[in-house]
Amino acid sequence: MTGGAELHTLTGAYAAHALDGPERAEFERHLALCEACALEVREFAATLARLGAAEAETPPAELRARVMSGIGSVRQLAPPSAVVPVVPQPTGRRRRSRLVRHWPKLALAASVALAAALGGLAVDQSRRADEADARATQLQAQQAVFGSLLTAPDARTATATAGTGVGTVVWSQSRGQAGFLASGMPALPAGKTYELWFDDAGTMRPAGLLPASSGSLLLQGPLDGAVGVGVTVEPAGGSAHPSSTPVMLLPFS
Amino acid sequence: MVHLSGPQRRGPDLKELVAQVAFGDQDAFGRLYDAVAGPVFGLVRRVLRDPAQSEEVTQEVMLEVWRTAARYQPDRGEVMSWVLTMAHRRAVDRVRSAQATADREQRVAARSHMPAFDEVAEQVEGRLEREQVRRCLRMLTELQRQAVTLAYYRGYSYREVADMLSAPLGTVKTRMRDGLIRLRDCLGVES
Ligand SMILES: [Zn+2]
Repeated sequence: MTGGAELHTLTGAYAAHALDGPERAEFERHLALCEACALEVREFAATLARLGAAEAETPPAELRARVMSGIGSVRQLAPPSAVVPVVPQPTGRRRRSRLVRHWPKLALAASVALAAALGGLAVDQSRRADEADARATQLQAQQAVFGSLLTAPDARTATATAGTGVGTVVWSQSRGQAGFLASGMPALPAGKTYELWFDDAGTMRPAGLLPASSGSLLLQGPLDGAVGVGVTVEPAGGSAHPSSTPVMLLPFS
Repeated sequence: MVHLSGPQRRGPDLKELVAQVAFGDQDAFGRLYDAVAGPVFGLVRRVLRDPAQSEEVTQEVMLEVWRTAARYQPDRGEVMSWVLTMAHRRAVDRVRSAQATADREQRVAARSHMPAFDEVAEQVEGRLEREQVRRCLRMLTELQRQAVTLAYYRGYSYREVADMLSAPLGTVKTRMRDGLIRLRDCLGVES
């Protein structure tokens, strides 16, 4: 029952949470190494979710109030900084919203996440030691500014997706600055990069390059009268003007 | 210069909501709650039966969504799948916990009263999603359907399922898998 071929057939039972104890642990070890099983388990989880969603039932109204007041005392986890390449499939959707209350908790989570993300960028970007040092110093400064941006009382966010990637812009009119956080952006071919732009009412102003699929960046330059932020795919090194249509648009509204 | 013309706005995108929730956005969490709490509560209730316990578990699941929003990986699956996987795991843990033992023994003893076709079909109302799930469940063999629904909707382990169906363990585990493959293809689930 421990043979490799045997284990592959456990995907269904595992996805349905019908495996217990040592068998479950054994299969999870297998899952970490077997891409085919991992994919099948994800597909089965999505399949079973359809069976679950078909059972939808309106919960009692007071449950919502209990949950909403409950989140006030639950500390959120910081995002991991893993870079996951995905197939590019540019689309864009946006949604904006206000960041609300509970700032100290968020700021803490955010600064941990940023430390991880920016650390990742530093490693990705810098080949030579002196470059790395200079970059690290710069990133530390950026991180401090980003952290303070997140805690600005008028900080707001907007989020958009591109394929399976999600980008979030954080901005504060009082600080006159914006930051961008990306997660799982579609991987680009060699020689291409994501470039960020301030949208000055239809004119794009360069605001920096996003060097990895996941990570964060303090946008270069002041907010001024910008009405939003756009993301385009540009040749490595970036462009002075966008050479392609945006894969994401995030309006400041 | 490229003039900006934004892509068209569509309905609420759960991936975007989760990204906002990850940054502590309570408004976004409220909208996410409205989108997923019904499926979570319905599924949990299906497994646990008891309304009070089902509310408790739903609350735990939603707080877990809030806590772990930053760990959601959009390229690994849909938000609904992520949330319902968590919900199912918790419901199953609850049903298999010590408190539920007595109830379980009763249920196993009462297996002769088990309906031939799990109630999913009977509870189905006109909704398209339910219709499709029902249609796809019908395409399974009896053993495949029993294996999948007893595990998923009732929270039984595959050993218990084998016991209930008087079928060999190997057969049950295979039927769960090929039943799910059939359902996956029928429902058009893509990775
Ligand atoms: Zn395998």
